[in-house]
Amino acid sequence: MERRKFIKNTLLGTSATCLGLDIVFSSNLPDNYIPIAFQETDPFALFNKDKDMQILNDKPWNIEAQAHLLNDNITPNKYMFIRNNGLIPEILDARQWKLTIDGESVKNATSFNIQELKSKFKQYTYQLTLECGGNGRSEFNPPAKGNQWTVGAVSSAEWTGVRLKDVLNDVGIKSNAVYVGYHAIDLHLSQDPEKEVISRGIPMKKAMQDETLIAFKMNGKDIPRAHGFPLRLVAGGYPASASGKWINRLSVRNKVHDGPKMESPSYRVPCDPVAPGTQVKDEDMCIIESMPVKSLITFPKSGAIIKKGNTLKINGHAWAGELEVIKMEYSIDFGVTWQSCKLEKPANRFAWQHFQADVNFPKTGYYEVWARATDTNGRSQPMLVPGWNPKGYLNNACHRIAIKVS
Amino acid sequence: MEQQKFRKKVMRIYYALSVFFGLLLLLSAGLVYISVNPSVLIPSPKTNSNAYVDIDPNRIENGIHLATGFKDDDGLQVVISQCTPCHSAKLVTQNRATKEGWISIIRWMQDTQKLWDLGANEDIVVSYLAKNYAPENTGRRAILTDIEWYELEN
Repeated sequence: MERRKFIKNTLLGTSATCLGLDIVFSSNLPDNYIPIAFQETDPFALFNKDKDMQILNDKPWNIEAQAHLLNDNITPNKYMFIRNNGLIPEILDARQWKLTIDGESVKNATSFNIQELKSKFKQYTYQLTLECGGNGRSEFNPPAKGNQWTVGAVSSAEWTGVRLKDVLNDVGIKSNAVYVGYHAIDLHLSQDPEKEVISRGIPMKKAMQDETLIAFKMNGKDIPRAHGFPLRLVAGGYPASASGKWINRLSVRNKVHDGPKMESPSYRVPCDPVAPGTQVKDEDMCIIESMPVKSLITFPKSGAIIKKGNTLKINGHAWAGELEVIKMEYSIDFGVTWQSCKLEKPANRFAWQHFQADVNFPKTGYYEVWARATDTNGRSQPMLVPGWNPKGYLNNACHRIAIKVS
Repeated sequence: MEQQKFRKKVMRIYYALSVFFGLLLLLSAGLVYISVNPSVLIPSPKTNSNAYVDIDPNRIENGIHLATGFKDDDGLQVVISQCTPCHSAKLVTQNRATKEGWISIIRWMQDTQKLWDLGANEDIVVSYLAKNYAPENTGRRAILTDIEWYELEN
């Protein structure tokens, strides 16, 4: 009996480990039920994700990459983080899909189906970096509540769609337009169909940029279900929550949009810096727009052991929200000295940039390679976790990997 | 004689038909079973299928409640009943907060996410969380831990 139990638990434990999951499902298993359905709840199969992706949360689904998984110049779906506030909608019939443009500041509220969008407006493809506002939250002290993202809530895929500004110009925008808010069909965790999960948006200056898309393709294919099929907004350089998924309505507002998660303190940081742990009043929190300068060493994976005398080739990506990265450096002595990396120009505005360097180590021992990017405004990444904020946003501290020279 | 021959023929046809309908019945039963349980056609990993049958939802190993990942302590069952209907236990266990912090998270969920009034359970939940998921002082930047070392050929 004991042995049988041991086998049971071992097997369950093993399958759960393979899935990278805690055994949360087992609590839902009715008696005498053989969970072959385990396969259907395997998120890696469900969302076509690599099995080394890290599951932070399975209800709602929140999954992040690890630095070394993000080595591709253009992020493939299998390494793209998933961030959800609610429940991912069921597969939809894209032919029935309608996108309505309305709001106080629209001249003629209009609906388009996807075919109309595709045929009426010119299509564009851009590589756009999307980073979760809370990427790096796990490092804040005192801790901030929410999904404890480490470094992997960032991606830079190619998005194809029509320019939001072309669509807005077509329906006509009044001069008092302030913000474009999105509405989508994901379901709230409370299962109340009337309750909107998240309805954020972007100011008009962002809406009118060439690269801000109503997208229907990611990396040349239909957008994967978890990433917004059949339509999503893509506003590169802003917190990724501004790029609404599964959108069916865009409202042009005569004020800052007031949907769920626009309100304080969501996606806001203190307007003036505060000491760690400070309680900040709602009215003293300001909406995050451009994400800060940041970089990741995507090769090698942390923990590499190399032979003395060998040169270590490192590479990675750097991005700077709405700005460009103009300088990329690395340090093997905790910031005492910095050496420059070779840095490429972005494929287009808001695409991440690639860097590489040949690193030599003077003697055997333990090292960390730290990477630091600088943007066009001369701002660099801090080596410490930057200004504490109640919700744990905007941690752009230098990324580092461990290296041993033997 | 003729009659016996005829009788034999009839019996043969009767047997043949019985076998035919018998097989048909088996086949349709099989098809119905498959349509109800399509999973039988999916090859499952070679495991003792009994292995999953009676998982004990109360099983605790190394101080962890296996089914949820929660730490085993007073109030565990109340925490499971109050904290996991809408979201995964993972959303709780990855977070750290003081007693005041956990209370403010509960208030936020009540104000904006349709969480109910926990009543007398609130004290139990908050005490459990504040004790088992308390913040640690990690300083301004933690050292790298859990490094998986490997030989890099270059």
